[in-house]
Amino acid sequence: MIDSLIVFLPLVASVIAGLIAFTPVDDKTKQARLDAAAQWVTCGALVLSMILAVIVFIDVALGDNPRTVELFTWIDSGTLEVSWALKVDSLTAVMMIVVTVVSAMVHIYSIGYMHHDPSIPRFMSFLSLFTFFMLMLITADNLVQLFFGWEGVGLASYLLIGFWYDRPSANAAAIKAFIVNRVGDFGFALGIFAVFVLFQTVHLDTIFAAAGSKADATLVVFGSEFHALTVICILLFIGAMGKSAQLGLHTWLPDAMEGPTPVSALIHAATMVTAGIFMVARLSPIFEYSETALAVVAIIGASTAFFAATIACVQNDIKRVIAYSTCSQLGYMFFASGVSAYSAGIFHLMTHGFFKALLFLGAGSVIHAMSDEQDMRKMGGIWRAIPVTYALMWIGSLALAGIPPFAGYYSKDIVLEAAWGANTNIGLYAFWLGIGAAAMTAFYSWRLLFMTFHGAPRADDKVMAHVHESPKVMILPLFVLAAGACFAGYIGYENFVGAKTAVFWGNSILVLGHHPSLENAHHVPLWVKYLPLVVGLAGIGLAYLMYILRPDLPARLAATFQRLYLFALNKWYFDELYDYLFVRPAFVLGRGFWKTGDGTLIDGLGPDGVADAVRHMARRAATLQTGYLYHYAFAMLIGVVTLMTWYLLVHVR
Amino acid sequence: MDHLPILSLITFLPLVGAAFILTIRGEVEVATRNARFVALWTSFITFLASLYVWIKFDSSTAAFQFVEKADWMPILGITYHLGIDGISLLFVLLTTVLTPICILASWEAITERVKEYMIAFLFMETMMIGMFSALDLFVFYIFFEGVLIPMFLVIGVWGGSRRIYSAFKFFLYTLLGSVLMLLAMFTMYLDAGTTDIPSLMTHNFPARLQLWLWLAFFASFAVKVPMWPVHTWLPDAHVEAPTAGSVILAGVLLKFGGYGFLRFSLPMFPEASVEFTPLIYGLSIVAVIYTSLVALAQEDMKKLIAYSSVAHMGFVTIGTFTLTVQGIEGAIYQMLSHGIVSAALFLIVGVVYDRLHSRDIETYGGLVYRMPSYALIFMLFMLASVGLPGTGGFVGEFLILVGVFQVNTWVAALAALGMILGAAYMLYLYRRVIFGKLTKEHLLKITDMSPREWAVFAPLVLLTFWMGIYPSSFLDVMHISVLNLLDQVHTAVAASDTLVVAGQ
Repeated sequence: MIDSLIVFLPLVASVIAGLIAFTPVDDKTKQARLDAAAQWVTCGALVLSMILAVIVFIDVALGDNPRTVELFTWIDSGTLEVSWALKVDSLTAVMMIVVTVVSAMVHIYSIGYMHHDPSIPRFMSFLSLFTFFMLMLITADNLVQLFFGWEGVGLASYLLIGFWYDRPSANAAAIKAFIVNRVGDFGFALGIFAVFVLFQTVHLDTIFAAAGSKADATLVVFGSEFHALTVICILLFIGAMGKSAQLGLHTWLPDAMEGPTPVSALIHAATMVTAGIFMVARLSPIFEYSETALAVVAIIGASTAFFAATIACVQNDIKRVIAYSTCSQLGYMFFASGVSAYSAGIFHLMTHGFFKALLFLGAGSVIHAMSDEQDMRKMGGIWRAIPVTYALMWIGSLALAGIPPFAGYYSKDIVLEAAWGANTNIGLYAFWLGIGAAAMTAFYSWRLLFMTFHGAPRADDKVMAHVHESPKVMILPLFVLAAGACFAGYIGYENFVGAKTAVFWGNSILVLGHHPSLENAHHVPLWVKYLPLVVGLAGIGLAYLMYILRPDLPARLAATFQRLYLFALNKWYFDELYDYLFVRPAFVLGRGFWKTGDGTLIDGLGPDGVADAVRHMARRAATLQTGYLYHYAFAMLIGVVTLMTWYLLVHVR
Repeated sequence: MDHLPILSLITFLPLVGAAFILTIRGEVEVATRNARFVALWTSFITFLASLYVWIKFDSSTAAFQFVEKADWMPILGITYHLGIDGISLLFVLLTTVLTPICILASWEAITERVKEYMIAFLFMETMMIGMFSALDLFVFYIFFEGVLIPMFLVIGVWGGSRRIYSAFKFFLYTLLGSVLMLLAMFTMYLDAGTTDIPSLMTHNFPARLQLWLWLAFFASFAVKVPMWPVHTWLPDAHVEAPTAGSVILAGVLLKFGGYGFLRFSLPMFPEASVEFTPLIYGLSIVAVIYTSLVALAQEDMKKLIAYSSVAHMGFVTIGTFTLTVQGIEGAIYQMLSHGIVSAALFLIVGVVYDRLHSRDIETYGGLVYRMPSYALIFMLFMLASVGLPGTGGFVGEFLILVGVFQVNTWVAALAALGMILGAAYMLYLYRRVIFGKLTKEHLLKITDMSPREWAVFAPLVLLTFWMGIYPSSFLDVMHISVLNLLDQVHTAVAASDTLVVAGQ
């Protein structure tokens, strides 16, 4: 019951807020009252959900009481049986905490942030709808329901990115997000089909129980025989790559920043984009049996961590910096999973949820203060005017850069140590790219802080005069998240990745004996332990040098290494490449098929061609009717002769 | 016959209504109004009667139910034979649901020759229900072809500017296919000595003959589905047809082909079906990808949705020929959900067409400002068309792909590309029509949906969610019949294989 309440309260709230959004009103006070009603309903539902999630967490994760609640049958066809069900184990309980806490905070924050917006009920409704789908995703007990939540959060993301639908850029970004995610979902769906072929079920527990016995099974896919679990895992991972914006399918995430900032914090930083990491952890009982798939996960993760960090270092839009940072941090989580340190990945997911949401909402507070300006080149020198936001951004950045004792220190270090502890080449690859990314992380975080808050003000006087601290309703949620960013690492360490890890996770995560990366992580050389911190401090120092001591340096560097700079600034030209490879050809082909294929060829040779031919023949036939009797008589004669000949040839032999 | 002839009742009730409309006399205005009400009530009562059939239907047997059999032309062995199983029942329901909706949707859109229009629709309903419940080749053929006449008239009389071209194209295309089917039917009669469909299902046609018969039926069904490359009549017909005509066309008529494959090709020519599966896969894959891309390039809303129908029906033909439970159930389900969703999408186009008399996407933009409810409904059906889980569109597509993946991974992967392309053209359409700034002068005074329009969409919305969240209501009905069909096919194919082996 309590599990169902957590999941369905946000849905109910969303429907109510949605109905309010469609209630026509003409006067302003009434509108304000309706807005308030929508806010109360959705925030109330979310806070309630959050409280219940804490209770469930204590019961399920700490009290070791996993369970599954069956609701009713969904799809039943032949041997395929799919139910609506809520599976709650330690992994789900952890995710529930992250999702409901961040979501509740974002809901409350939105009351202040969206204050001037004319469509408040719609916004609140979408936020709650998203939360519902996300909760369905993490409580799925079968792959199809996971897919339901998966596509559902994609829908919510689409709706919220395109929330300001009068902006062409927002609409384009929304469509892009949906379609790029669909590319990932294409892999996910094929993965589900392959699972069904191999296991004859899509029910998670049944699959996990049988995974060991199928460890050597093969599957014929695309005409060749492959190791079955490898194929399955890689297909499913393509889905994870789409949702979690990994290298190749990441292009939608930066554009998603077109949505209102609370959305970026909730969906595109703290929760939805972590669904891929959740999925890999959830499916650890099958990923464990495929070294190849794990290697792919680790390589993609590590590459993304590095690649996204390089871009984050040169972006000028405050939200895009944080967006690429998110992309990069998701890479960390993936390579942790790729070296079988799933719990370290989830640990980082949890701490990241707090500090990244904090950073986004803090950035939102800055944007709010700067009269909706997002370009950091037009900020600067405002820290005295908004000291609380400034302090909160510092906390977020310290956590992100992995400076002790903030949350990110614990989680990022264990991720890197696990990569080292894996004792494989791939582990080393991930470790070194992770170290490089760690240095850049610190650099771009402080670059952001310095450009935004320090130096001479670069905004015009009108904007500067208006700079103000955000209202309490926006600041209070930030404090909650800041508390998470400060303490979640220290508090969670023992349970998530430390001595109690086995008891804490119970059966929800499987790690085979020959994948001891997490165990080894606790016995790494000292230099491995301190290197992330050292490069982090170095990154901060470099940012200080470039943006405080010698503000002329960045421009000179950019000029010197222009190619490199442009390459990073233009995001490695992925968008251009995809536009050239997929988008434009699709339209050209579509038009070609339509005009030439359907028009000229099919209709031309088919109906229209036949019609023309018939008309032509008819005209010919008409000329045969000359009206002269002897013409007709002659034709008749030919007919008679032909018939006679035929009769004689066939019948008289 | 030991029970009420309920199937005949449902089949011919609309015809009675049509006859009643014929007798309406008096002032044009009053007569028109009465014609509308008579049509609506007739179709509604028919719908209620069909619900009764659904309730009374026994889903634990694959046998035909509510059977009615009477001698018609005893010399030829032709009987008037009706009956339904778990496959046809759902199509009957689809027909009876959509007809009243169509009549309600035409309430204000049709002002000319209303009486004749309503008669055409009721006549069409009789033909469609008869087609789905016919159990005699001869009866089947009459209904199958009979439906062409009212549809031809609906397009040709109440259609748009190029209606004559489209009506003839539609008629000739479909008729050409049917002529071959008729020849095949004669041949079947000569070989089996009966026109009784259940008997024909158990008759073993010689393997070589099966190939020819299969091809002849294929010619007819492929046009109806429509499969690539005989699909070009569909966009034209849709574009010119009045809204309700498009609804019936997309909602029910396109299902004749898919239903035909299930009722004739698979059970009667099982070996040929297996033989020709690669052909079906090939054409269907082309349909999915080719027409999705074409849809992307469309500038006319109705054409876009028409092309999307071809793509969706491509899934249906793939699923049907996988010969797996999931594939076939998915195909049936996809037909039902497509019947609801594409019908709704054509009605959605109709809403704005009634207001501005333009189907060009260019005409619109930013409608959400003036028509929020419309935007919501459009969004819902757009998502259902895209196959979002939780809507009816998902279940069918998913089951089909599950089915085909077991048989051929290449086909599954290529068909699944339709998931991506489908999202692309629908979202792009939605964006151009609904989103953006409302700047166009002629849109500034456009009004949101009226209560009557809400009444048209409400049942479709309900069905879309129902089909997406609790599909068991519909899947349970078809399980046994589908299993039985698969049994027949597999047994026949296995038997012929042993024959071949023995002969070697």
